Amino acid sequence: MNFEIPKEVNTGKVAEVTIGATSEQGGTRSHTVTIGGSTSLPFHFFEGQHPHRPAVAMEVFDKTPKKYLDSLMDYFGDVIDKPGEMAKKCVDEYGAELISVRLEGTHPEKGDKSAEEAAETVQQVLESVRVPLIISGHSHFEKINKVMKKVCEVTEGENCLINYVETDNYKTIAAACIAYKHTLVAQSPIDVNLAKQLNILLTDMNFPPERIVMDPLTSTLGYGLEYTYSIMERIRNDGLAGDKMLAFPMLINPGYESFRVKETWAPEKEYPDWGNLEQRAAYWEIATAMSLLLTGTELLIMYHPRAFEVVKNKIIEMYESKKES
Amino acid sequence: MALSGLDIFKLLPKTNCGDCNVPTCMAFAMKLAQKKADLSECPHASEEAKVTLGAASEPPIRLVKIGGTNALEVGNETVMFRHEKTFFHPTGVAIELRTSEGEEKLLSKIKEIEGYNVERVGEELSADLFFISHDSKNKEDFLKTVVLAKENSAKGIILDCSDEEILREGIELLKDTCPAVLLKNELSDKNIELTQNSDVSLILTAKSYDDLAKQTEKARNSGVNNLILNLENQNIGNQLQHNAILRRSALKKYFKPFGYPLFTYIHAESELDMLARASALLCKYDSIIVLPKYDKAMLYTLFTLRQNIYTDPQKPIQVDPKVYPIGEPTPESPVFVTTNFSLTYFIVSGEIENSGISAHLVVADAEGQSVLTAWAAGKFVGETIAKFIKDIKLEQQVKTRKIVIPGLVSQISGDLEDNLPGWEVIVGCQEASDIPSFVKSVKLT
Ligand code: B12
Ligand code: SF4
Repeated sequence: MNFEIPKEVNTGKVAEVTIGATSEQGGTRSHTVTIGGSTSLPFHFFEGQHPHRPAVAMEVFDKTPKKYLDSLMDYFGDVIDKPGEMAKKCVDEYGAELISVRLEGTHPEKGDKSAEEAAETVQQVLESVRVPLIISGHSHFEKINKVMKKVCEVTEGENCLINYVETDNYKTIAAACIAYKHTLVAQSPIDVNLAKQLNILLTDMNFPPERIVMDPLTSTLGYGLEYTYSIMERIRNDGLAGDKMLAFPMLINPGYESFRVKETWAPEKEYPDWGNLEQRAAYWEIATAMSLLLTGTELLIMYHPRAFEVVKNKIIEMYESKKES
Repeated sequence: MALSGLDIFKLLPKTNCGDCNVPTCMAFAMKLAQKKADLSECPHASEEAKVTLGAASEPPIRLVKIGGTNALEVGNETVMFRHEKTFFHPTGVAIELRTSEGEEKLLSKIKEIEGYNVERVGEELSADLFFISHDSKNKEDFLKTVVLAKENSAKGIILDCSDEEILREGIELLKDTCPAVLLKNELSDKNIELTQNSDVSLILTAKSYDDLAKQTEKARNSGVNNLILNLENQNIGNQLQHNAILRRSALKKYFKPFGYPLFTYIHAESELDMLARASALLCKYDSIIVLPKYDKAMLYTLFTLRQNIYTDPQKPIQVDPKVYPIGEPTPESPVFVTTNFSLTYFIVSGEIENSGISAHLVVADAEGQSVLTAWAAGKFVGETIAKFIKDIKLEQQVKTRKIVIPGLVSQISGDLEDNLPGWEVIVGCQEASDIPSFVKSVKLT
């Protein structure tokens, strides 16, 4: 029997989204990062175009996270409270392709830092590294709107990825992104229809579709991963089948989600069956990232430098197989 | 492959004799196509019809068994994406035993792996198979390792040995326990002879699709059907594409030569790399993966991933809504409430147990959803919890009139008190892992 590779042709294409801006483009970044553009399922090079490989970012904080892992302190203990320096370490030592600045400290219950303080933190990071930035917020609507407006203003032209808006709170931040030329994350809680609805709301207010990244809401391994996994597969399938309102690149945050769960910090002494903690913490983040990569992730925010390194190398290796297809 | 009524009709005698209790051959063919009749009801069906229809009713991906009493079953999958239906047969995880490791070390390793059993969300998880690789090239070592594994463990065994004579003896030792054999070279007549009419499965190795198809055809034509496919490539991108193409060919094109479970031996640069590769291949279609290393943290991670990917996406794993005793509670013991999502229940009950106290854990009916999900959907709010507590007549079982709710839904406390006159609601900690310190700091009864 002669074998012929069964190929599936899609009519849809994932939007190409660029983050960051060089001096020619009105920013100060040394380069930009473009994601998306696929016309077939993730890593199916044999039946579609995949012009850009998924990018991997690392995250820094405006305030030392309350429950930060000991195993990460070994890598970042000296810079954890200095976002600029930490960003530099992430880029220079570990190879982060973008930096996410998490502004959790502006949450009224977690420090209540002002919008001006947040803007200062972001500027510090902008000055210390040349890679494009992601600005990550929280769910306190009133406060985050103020913070993001300010941050968008002071970073005008840098084309940061503003992370995030949701259905109940998108207008202010989306308007700021349009005004100051930034890209935007549209987050929805693990649901195809809600994701689509938010994208429609955004494009209805004339938000440029080439500046939307979707966050389907990451659940980590063992804590709802199966839901995120399937919702992402469905979003990607629908997007490739031609539904433009679902054909956007997707962002996940395996770092933030993994390091909240017990499996990444409980000592082996208490849970001998769970094995070595040092390894386990990295494994948990890797398994979350690898499985979701296969569903259509284009942008990942990771925490553990060793997990980051392995996942980035795997993406590069996967794209090497592109030459043969 | 599903045949149409017309395809089947062409295979029937077309005499319309009616012996099948259906007036015409065409009507009978339609019933067959709808699986409302069986070919044996037509006494005149030809051999060709029996063979063709028999092959058509085979599952598109064959179910293959490895092991004795608790054999691992892999294959027989029906969809490309878990949301289309579900994945049925979880990926089998094999751990490598190298004959060069030496008897003493191998014995303790086998015993340790055999004893390794970890619980997650009420499920017992453990490694499925041993993969014995003959790297010392000494016959005695190989046979001794096979015996050690067989005598000290009930797990299925895969043999990797290039010497056909030694292999034959190895298989002989494993009679009645459905072993599998990895063939690294092209399938030979000797290999076929070795496995014909036996319950040994063959893992066929090839470097190209055509070569693989040629080998499976050869095996099938000799009546050897317990096959597993190993399309070799070191690049993870190629591996994933191969797996997608093989699975798609079997399911969508009914390409019989590829209608078998898939196998990979994980070659990796480091442990983290091994876990990364294994994770990807577990999600995308491998039925058996071999880990060159035994590492509990890696296994626990992979088992958790496997549990996630192989759960039925239509129904969350849930526990029965009722009151669960933790420790040995008396009517005076404290009362906690949570939802009946399995994950939530097992985490919370585990942490209350860890705290050392005895308690009543009220597991309310929240349709198997987590605390916040259920709350957001209006299924874990003051009114529904109060109703559940009344329905199960909790007030007759306990004397306490204080109830601890999850910290994440502190906002329901007033509402719950209004719906549950006479009770005081205590807002608990947010994370279950803080329960042990929480119970020490708050008066619960
Ligand atoms: C997986 C998931 C889903 C799955 C459902 C999984 C399930 N079977 O429940 C799906 C995709 C179906 C889903 C749906 C929805 N979801 Co949802 N989902 C999640 C997700 C990612 C994880 C939930 C989870 O499994 N957690 C793990 C379990 C173990 O946590 P838990 O039950 O809370 O238990 C912990 C604690 O509460 C504590 N605890 C539990 N019980 C007790 C008891 C006591 C006494 C104490 C002290 C402590 C304690 O211990 C546990 C461990 O620490 C979360 C976001 C996140 N990352 O947390 C969103 C999340 C819960 N979902 C959310 C929403 C809005 C929804 C939807 C309404 C939206 C939609 N898609 O339509 C629907 C509602 C479902 C419906 N329509 O019926 C929101 C809720 C927002 C809010 N705060 O109101 C969240 C927080 C996401 C978000 N940020 O927007 N979701
Ligand atoms: S018994 Fe067979 S030959 Fe006779 S009518 Fe039925 S199908 Fe046709």
